[in-house]
Amino acid sequence: MKRPTEWFIERWILFNGIFSIAAVGLIFFFLTKEGFNLFKHYPLKDFLSGRQWYPISEPPKFGILPLILGSFWVTAGATLIAVPLGVASALFIAEVAKGWIKEYLKVGVEILAAIPSVVLGFVGLVTLVPMVKQMFHIPTGLTALSGAIMLAFMAMPTVVSIVEDALTAVPRSYREGSIAMGATQWQTIYRITVPAAGSGIVAGVMLGIGRVIGETMAVMMITGNAAVIPHTLLQPVRTMTATIASEMGETVQGSDHYFSLFAIGIVLFVITFIINLAADFFLHRKK
Amino acid sequence: MFAKITIDNLNLYYGSFHALKNVSMLINTNQVTAIIGPSGCGKSTLLRCINRMNEVITNVDVEGSIEIDGEDILAKGVDLRELRRKVGMVFQRPNPFPLSIFDNVAYGPWVHRIRNLKELQRRVEESLQAVGLWDALKDRLDTSALKLSSEQQQRICIARLVAARSEILLMDEPCSALDPIATAKVEELIYELKKEYTIVIVTHNMQQAARISDESGFMLLGELVEFGHTDQLFTTPQDQRTEEYITGRYG
Repeated sequence: MKRPTEWFIERWILFNGIFSIAAVGLIFFFLTKEGFNLFKHYPLKDFLSGRQWYPISEPPKFGILPLILGSFWVTAGATLIAVPLGVASALFIAEVAKGWIKEYLKVGVEILAAIPSVVLGFVGLVTLVPMVKQMFHIPTGLTALSGAIMLAFMAMPTVVSIVEDALTAVPRSYREGSIAMGATQWQTIYRITVPAAGSGIVAGVMLGIGRVIGETMAVMMITGNAAVIPHTLLQPVRTMTATIASEMGETVQGSDHYFSLFAIGIVLFVITFIINLAADFFLHRKK
Repeated sequence: MFAKITIDNLNLYYGSFHALKNVSMLINTNQVTAIIGPSGCGKSTLLRCINRMNEVITNVDVEGSIEIDGEDILAKGVDLRELRRKVGMVFQRPNPFPLSIFDNVAYGPWVHRIRNLKELQRRVEESLQAVGLWDALKDRLDTSALKLSSEQQQRICIARLVAARSEILLMDEPCSALDPIATAKVEELIYELKKEYTIVIVTHNMQQAARISDESGFMLLGELVEFGHTDQLFTTPQDQRTEEYITGRYG
């Protein structure tokens, strides 16, 4: 016989679990329902591979290739910056730093994660953007590169904390065994600790990328918002997220433009879903 | 017979805790020397002085001297990497690296800058032969060492020391994670290995010490109470505390 409180608590937890899953399900359902309305009038192929995004011209063009490429460039740039820096910081915090330095660094990374993205975007706008403009002698500093640098700062805390956890979880006996064989600390790190933490490191990187792709506010502020196909990192771009955020307010509900923004949402959802799934796979992979 | 390791008046402090008190002993070449005693008596600490692994983890003060082949290893400027190559350690829980069998064994030489594949292959074969694993494993050297049984893992841990050309093997309760049959096999291996190596083994298991060691020391509260030939120590102990311990009246 279970005590009533126990029965109640069990039900309460069950309810909460089901509720959160149902919420995700409903969001997905709504997103798909609205998004697919677009394809009644507009072919999917043109949507995905169209090179022009002119949602309010006549006839409208809903080609999201420039947006996908915009997201891709910004994400790729941010990843290239955030991953080496993030993994190196995590290695330093987990393997090298001792005592108060280690504690301060950990707190610092957490604070970095706590800065709202709009604040980072604002700071980037007044400091980074002019710097990029000057450095490369280009007409505007509102470029994919600026966005990538800014987003790298946002992805770093995720990468650092997950990679650091993975490194810390490597059994001490591995390190001890290696040091006891006369290995240097560096040999131990790159032959033993890093491979042992491998799947956790990949997961951290993936989740960092997921964070970058989904980020909206900062990229909207500093990437220039031009929906053209970018050829270099030094051009203005517009990401999928920024498009949804900036156009949702001005569109007529129920119009094709409105549905097209939901369709972009589906694309974004699928991409982040795949990335999170991959991260999860690496995180839980058994050796 | 000559002394491979000479420990003279060794004192060790963890902060204010006096963990080893005036320990002196001679450890002979090509013999098995066992150190027994209750938990916390300092036997592992003593073992970890010989390859200076104590200082990796905690802040310790060591006084006195340890000489290996006449060289003071506690002196400043000792090459710790070379010392730890020469003085290998086998841990209580088998701790092969999460690498392939080959890479585990080749890790020792690799660490010490031997990168020639032919040479590594030669050493892996010879080392696995030495620990009696070659015939069983030669066809699957690239599988993970973590897939092996505990006994095989412990042999791998010994093989990687053989491959690194260690001369002294420090074993910290190497059989405590193994079942009796595996223990017997590892003991046989230790007996084989002493032809080539000087072995110092810390053990909880007095029968084990009696079976495999030539000389034994009994430690209590950081002191080396008695040290001598194993037969003598177990049959006619000189110190009353030793007698109480080996007859089970203590600890």
